[in-house]
Amino acid sequence: MSATQRQVTIANLGLGNLHSVVQSFVRLGVTATITADPDELRRAERLVFPGQGAFRECAEVLSGEVGPALRDFIATGRPYLGICLGMQALFDTSEESEGQGLGVFPGRVVRFASDMHDEATGERLKVPHMGWNQVQTTHPMLEPDGWYYFVHSYYVVPDDPGLVAATSLYGTRFCAAVARDNVFACQFHPEKSHHAGARLLERFLAQ
Amino acid sequence: MLARRIIPCLDVKDGRVVKGINFVGLRDAGDPVECAARYSEGGADEICFLDITASHDERRTLFELVERTARAIAVPLTVGGGVRERRDVHDLLHAGADKVSTNSGAVANPSFVAEASRAYGSQAIVVAIDAKRVSAPGEPTRFSVFTHGGRRDTGLDAIEWAKRVVDLGAGEILLTSMDRDGTRDGYDIELTRAVVDAVSVPVIASGGVGNEAHIRDGFLLAGADAALAASIFHDGQHTVAEVKHYLLAAGVRVRPPEESDGPGPEGAAS
Repeated sequence: MSATQRQVTIANLGLGNLHSVVQSFVRLGVTATITADPDELRRAERLVFPGQGAFRECAEVLSGEVGPALRDFIATGRPYLGICLGMQALFDTSEESEGQGLGVFPGRVVRFASDMHDEATGERLKVPHMGWNQVQTTHPMLEPDGWYYFVHSYYVVPDDPGLVAATSLYGTRFCAAVARDNVFACQFHPEKSHHAGARLLERFLAQ
Repeated sequence: MLARRIIPCLDVKDGRVVKGINFVGLRDAGDPVECAARYSEGGADEICFLDITASHDERRTLFELVERTARAIAVPLTVGGGVRERRDVHDLLHAGADKVSTNSGAVANPSFVAEASRAYGSQAIVVAIDAKRVSAPGEPTRFSVFTHGGRRDTGLDAIEWAKRVVDLGAGEILLTSMDRDGTRDGYDIELTRAVVDAVSVPVIASGGVGNEAHIRDGFLLAGADAALAASIFHDGQHTVAEVKHYLLAAGVRVRPPEESDGPGPEGAAS
């Protein structure tokens, strides 16, 4: 099947700007359907949940009809891609604020420590972790030692270490991607990660 | 670990990239969308647009331009110039900018920085500081904040101002040395180091880059998180990929250019 025939649905939950995610798929020849409608989310052939911003707002949105729709979609076994907050939302709770995530995977979201230092230079590390970093991975969606663009202050800690599909190093070794069955989610932004990000989205479309 | 970033900067006037020294004798340097795409292909980590369009009416051109650029590139885009109120931030982010930079707007109304960072997140708000050495020889070094393209001395101390805007919610500082801008003598290392040491957010060094070694010094001596440069890229003197290979050899952690990121058209003149 060519890329132009593939369908992708982007969950529009009002959590940040969808502009660049949509454009990334357009560049791959795919026109995305953008929706917040629970039934449309359930029917999606392939679903992307991008998000930036606060966990509290995210939890509020998920406590409505959208949360069950996303869980139903994931249960269908069709490909799911979570990006940034869309990754954190798969877990139970966050240090950032009260509220419940989807709880698809047991685990929590924690903040980078404020007193981290670079092991090599001794420089104080800034939070948010913003910029390009390398991931350590053997997962087929990613490239070993690939560079991706991150903007975040929080990261997920899955209860099950087997979920971790990639890690990255910033003061501490943190979880940069999780994967299980049809679910793949990354803390970085493939839509901002130039060719490496586009290749990830291509692989997602090929699933 | 996190890489240091290379950010080509495009001065945009009436929808075109312009270049000139100290805003005098501006020459057309091409279509911003094409330039941004070329730099991003060459391995630029981020692209910065600074709009120097004088008239407010022509701001529409900028929004349309930001939209087209955001469609063309898959790296972060920072846009600045004439950003004074929340509406400007909103419009630029919705046109596809990832970060919005404000300079005179922050000086005129510091609470705007707080308001904008609360509404859109600190990571989206960059405060640009144009600093100039104002101490006489022999006096303790002092840098003052200038606005309006370097024409107006605000009397604010640059280091104190940087701390203040970070407290207000700025997620990043774009620090330009007015003394070095356009000189090709290298970044002002003393100024940059002072701001890097004073604030807890990333600092982008700007003003004065004439060669690759200046960028290396901005990282290794001044401790900048990102390096902004314009003319060395516009003139075809160096490609982004060349600069990155140089930095890697010098021991600076940068995202290496991909094999396919070769010199491309920007290398034509070198």
